[in-house]
Amino acid sequence: MAEPASERLLPAWSLPAGTAESVALPTQWPGRVTRDWAWGGSTGKGIRVCILDSGIERDHPLVGDLAGSVAVEVGPDDEVSVVDDTEGDLCGHGTACAGIVRSLAPDCELFSVRVLGAGFTGSGQALLGGLRWAVEQGFQVINMSLSTTKSQFAGLLHEVADRAYFRRTVLVASAHNMPVESYPWRFSSVISVGSHEEPEADTFYYNPSPPVEFFARGVDVEVAWLGRTQARSTGNSFATPHMSGICALILGKHPDLTPFQLKSALYLTASNVEGGK
Amino acid sequence: MSDDGLRAAVAAGVLASEEAHRALLQATVEVARGIFAAKASTIFLYDETTDELVFEAVSGEGAEELLGHRIPSSTGIAGWTLVTRQPLVLEDVTQDPRWGGQEISERTGYVPKGLMSVPLLHGEEPVGVLQVLDRPREARFSLHEMDLLGLFGNQAAIALDLLVKARRAKAVLDDAGSDSAVLARVAENLEKLDGKRRVAGVELLRSLEALFKS
Repeated sequence: MAEPASERLLPAWSLPAGTAESVALPTQWPGRVTRDWAWGGSTGKGIRVCILDSGIERDHPLVGDLAGSVAVEVGPDDEVSVVDDTEGDLCGHGTACAGIVRSLAPDCELFSVRVLGAGFTGSGQALLGGLRWAVEQGFQVINMSLSTTKSQFAGLLHEVADRAYFRRTVLVASAHNMPVESYPWRFSSVISVGSHEEPEADTFYYNPSPPVEFFARGVDVEVAWLGRTQARSTGNSFATPHMSGICALILGKHPDLTPFQLKSALYLTASNVEGGK
Repeated sequence: MSDDGLRAAVAAGVLASEEAHRALLQATVEVARGIFAAKASTIFLYDETTDELVFEAVSGEGAEELLGHRIPSSTGIAGWTLVTRQPLVLEDVTQDPRWGGQEISERTGYVPKGLMSVPLLHGEEPVGVLQVLDRPREARFSLHEMDLLGLFGNQAAIALDLLVKARRAKAVLDDAGSDSAVLARVAENLEKLDGKRRVAGVELLRSLEALFKS
């Protein structure tokens, strides 16, 4: 696995006189940011995308090769361990998400972190432990089509989400379309995703009325399913990997973008913004 | 015992019954099935003592076989819905014994081609899952239906929460030796009285209340 971004670029805590050169940006932005500039010609090559979900079925034709898969286990005293995963996908959802990312970014590396299977009782710890582990690994994109409503995890998840943001790991998280408080999608350090009803995989909208920040394809989506099959699916949890795939494309072409810059590029290339038309 | 527990115990003793709440849940799955013109609908209750999902109310295919059946809390689509709190819809799933409807198909031989699954949330705690199986295939799904499913899930969650509270209260009542059970039985019996006996009973309890305060 490549070294985490944070080890390539140390944080700068101040900017002494005469050192402006040290914050020169590696990526020059054009006057008008277009989709062609943002991801034209990119296949997501070189970008490691983590699917934090129910596992991923190996050898699914719509998913292709996996760079690795682990499972998060929770012990009797809530201790979390990460082990090699031999179960595959426990329900099909992780495979569906992986297939969507693959369809948009065919050359990205896909990695499965299974947080389902520890029982409901351990699910909050598994989610938190799996996310912590994934952030430590330095994945560039983490797809989280899940959330927790347990307020006891909100502060801890917020901490991990901020840590990811500063380490150049982009968390792409499903928003809730039910009137409940849930996390981590409500945090501003993540990219939160709801659904639109249009059929194009690369159509996405910036939402000027957050906390949901982007709307991506989430209705009647053809997805990979268990047993090398396919299904049609609907839900924000399928909109989210569309944004993850687009993030992988942009980062494949501009690997030095920070999460802030990436979010800015997403905004400028959204279908309701000039660069996305 | 907490005040909430005592209130619940007394309330259940005087107001509620397991049968009434069961009927409410059954009506809920019948309506869910009707709204979406579906072949079946199920409410799973999350049993925190065993960390399992229980088929608590079923309408349509497999109702008899499934009621009371238990599955692990984090497998299948129902488990995913419970753990992630995310609603999802699946349609045109190619027939395969391993897909997420296996919890139903293994017991009944009925293999759904699609389902809608929504978490039932009471406050920050998921109390169960509502599933609606096999809508008409020509009916295209839209975000409007998704919103409807979410709204309906809220109502189902309230019904399920009432059932859970009633059962906890009943457990208190059934524990005949507990202090709370004595109070709950007194309240229950008082409710059954009428006329002069009731007036006298209330008077006696007021005297007891004054005695305990002093």
